[in-house]
Amino acid sequence: MQKFRHLKGVTTLELAREKCIGCRLCETVCPHGVFVVAEGKAAMADRDACMECGACAGNCPTAAISVKAGVGCASAIIHSWLTGEEPSCDCGGGSCC
Amino acid sequence: METPAGPVPRVSTELRPRDIVGRWLMRWGFGRNRYRVAPGLYAVGNPDAEAPVLVTANYKMTFDALRRELTGLDLWVLVLDTKGINVWCAAGKGTFGTAELVAQLAASRLEKVTRHRTLILPQLGAPGVAAHEVKRQTGFGVVYGPVRAADLREFLAAGRQATAAMRQVTFSTGERLILTPVELTGMGKTSLWAIPALFLLGGFGPGFFSAAALTERGTAAVLVYLAGLLAGCVLTPVLLPWLPGRAFAAKGAVLGAALALIGALALHPPLLTAVAAILALAALASFGAMNFTGSTPFTSPSGVEKEMRRAIPLQGAAVLIAGGLWLAAAFV
Repeated sequence: MQKFRHLKGVTTLELAREKCIGCRLCETVCPHGVFVVAEGKAAMADRDACMECGACAGNCPTAAISVKAGVGCASAIIHSWLTGEEPSCDCGGGSCC
Repeated sequence: METPAGPVPRVSTELRPRDIVGRWLMRWGFGRNRYRVAPGLYAVGNPDAEAPVLVTANYKMTFDALRRELTGLDLWVLVLDTKGINVWCAAGKGTFGTAELVAQLAASRLEKVTRHRTLILPQLGAPGVAAHEVKRQTGFGVVYGPVRAADLREFLAAGRQATAAMRQVTFSTGERLILTPVELTGMGKTSLWAIPALFLLGGFGPGFFSAAALTERGTAAVLVYLAGLLAGCVLTPVLLPWLPGRAFAAKGAVLGAALALIGALALHPPLLTAVAAILALAALASFGAMNFTGSTPFTSPSGVEKEMRRAIPLQGAAVLIAGGLWLAAAFV
């Protein structure tokens, strides 16, 4: 995936290292290898690769990770602007599913 | 087959011709809202009380993609009711999620079927599931398997260990190309009114309305529109890693403008028409490319929204200027 990079410095992903217990689940679930756990603590090795899917935050047993998760889909965002609903994959266009 | 929790249907790991036709129709987006399997527990091969349990979504294309990789294996498959949506999208929405998993575990009485208390979930189901919550509520532990069903056999053989490559999503040229038909279908409704409208507008000119202008200018405008669709919805996705820029809108605009420039150099239209075509094609391709963000496995909502806020005003302005120039060109 290294050749696919979207915009830099936009992700809302945050890690509170002091809460991390080193369970490695963030490292496991991330589809872009954002986290690396070393010496019992997670670190963000490639923060700009984050797509804000929310897998890490939802599976973190100590809530050390936070991210404003959602779908990175222009038609879903347009749909949300027009209707005021949360952007989601069942936007009618359906191209993301 | 019979189990302590009652009869469980056994599924084949071979796809039949109608499954393949169905998959092809889905790639074009036809009838995808009805392409589902019944949620619940299924058997593959001859699973016993120690056999692994895989969890998946009830989109039939997902279910088929999973079962065809399981030939010769004995295991259980628990299908969640994701309303006919694939694992990753459903997880993003939460329908492939902790609550639904807990509900299906109860409905299938899986604890009577297996002695072990471990579920194997697809890694891309993780955005909807909190593994520690599933454990707390049901006693079943969650192991996240590989991203792709094709890696399951190796994952199981390696003692449920995924390699780093199994944990990362990919986006190869083939994976991008296979997504383009549905992008075109998605633009179908817009095209149904846009194409006749452009054609008719082409007829306006000094003599108010002429059939000759309609044929020439109308056809040219429709061709520019179709080229824009092709550039944005097919060529940009396929050429994605090689087009300049990070923003999809920029990639599409560059490609659209380049195509229009080549067309203009080949056909020598009047200057106003040429500029109009370049602007219109760049804007259309840019918009189509931007909409492809939702089909990619790497764009974040923050990133997409940022590029949209910049790109949409520019696309709108380009279309308005192009339209103005094109109409003006009929009078000079």
